[in-house]
Amino acid sequence: MPSLKDLRVRINSVKSTQKITSAMKMVAASKLRRAQAQVEAARPYAERMARMLGALAASVAGSPSAPKLLVGTGADRVHLLIPVTADRGLAGAFNASIGRATRTLARKLEAEGKTVKILAVGRKGRDYLRRELGSRIIGDVSYAGKKRLEFADAEALAGRVTAMVEAGEADVVTLVYNRFRSVIAQIVTEQQLVPAPVTVGADDAAPGGASFDFEPDEETILARLLPHNLSVQLFRALLESAAGEHGARMTAMDNATRNAGDMIKRLTLNYNRARQANITKELIEIISGAEAV
Amino acid sequence: MPIALEIVSPERLVLSRPVDMAVIPADEGDMGVLGGHAPMIVALRGGAIALYTGEEITDRLFVSGGFAEITPERCTVLATEAVPVADLRRAEGERRLAAAEAAYEAADKSDTTVEDAALDAIQAARAMVETAEA
Repeated sequence: MPSLKDLRVRINSVKSTQKITSAMKMVAASKLRRAQAQVEAARPYAERMARMLGALAASVAGSPSAPKLLVGTGADRVHLLIPVTADRGLAGAFNASIGRATRTLARKLEAEGKTVKILAVGRKGRDYLRRELGSRIIGDVSYAGKKRLEFADAEALAGRVTAMVEAGEADVVTLVYNRFRSVIAQIVTEQQLVPAPVTVGADDAAPGGASFDFEPDEETILARLLPHNLSVQLFRALLESAAGEHGARMTAMDNATRNAGDMIKRLTLNYNRARQANITKELIEIISGAEAV
Repeated sequence: MPIALEIVSPERLVLSRPVDMAVIPADEGDMGVLGGHAPMIVALRGGAIALYTGEEITDRLFVSGGFAEITPERCTVLATEAVPVADLRRAEGERRLAAAEAAYEAADKSDTTVEDAALDAIQAARAMVETAEA
């Protein structure tokens, strides 16, 4: 039976924890709003880019000089995985689920005899994977301390990936990230970046089935568009992941605040019971003392 | 016949409205786009997009490169970066020009694609300086 003082200390400590978690929830909510707006603002570009790429790929498909980013290196030996996680924890299963998905994928690929390389984006993912797959990690990127993700960040990352593909250091590139569906639902998504999976939607692009003219020519445009498309896809994944992180943290902190509230209630009840018991005990002692006289 | 013009940068939708004519800086020379244009996909170089209402230029936006998709009804510009000319800073352009020139010096000239990319960056920066002056 803990003493009254112990209980009081305990209640106070849980109360301050609750204050912290509810403050963190508030911060996550305001950051979420900003991140969500950014994701939505970036969406039109990605959509139009996909439409244009569809029209282009349809007219270049099958050409022997098609760029590596579109068709891959032709081999299927070295897989580059890019797990996108947050730089901070306390966001529920947000980081762990990416880590787990990446590990499963890496194990599966290795069982098939393929080489796996990992480029970890975000500190938590790197730390998680370093324990088991440390030898596969070829690099890591972190945006810790950045107020706002910029397109240039995604471009730099895309440049790194493109260079690896061009040099034949990676045949297939897969991105693993949390897609932001709603504040409470982040979906772990595996997206293949190279070879670019082009959706055949070229007919929608030109109403009436009109085909496009190109200037300068298809190949030149495609050669420029593809690395750019890679940046756009990466940028989108980074933004989705950022929004998802704040959503996950908000939910996690909301739960934590509620749990702390429950705990305070329980502890307060215990405290009151113990106090009452003490008073009763003292009274009995006084009364029985008086009777004995 | 007006044409629906959309200018999109990776970070947001910059502008979407009908214009009478848009002059866009295509890779091989400026291009006036009116309604009913033949479908085209063009690469852009750095330069200013001019929006016309009647004979008047109503707005000018600087783009540092990108692509445009043109159909008879609309013109979608996917710009790497789009800034209204009024907000353009000359100093920023000069800083970029210096950076681009340094990158060109350092670039591996045996690889033509690398060299071209570096030259494009210089051109875009130069266009930025010129547009900011005008």
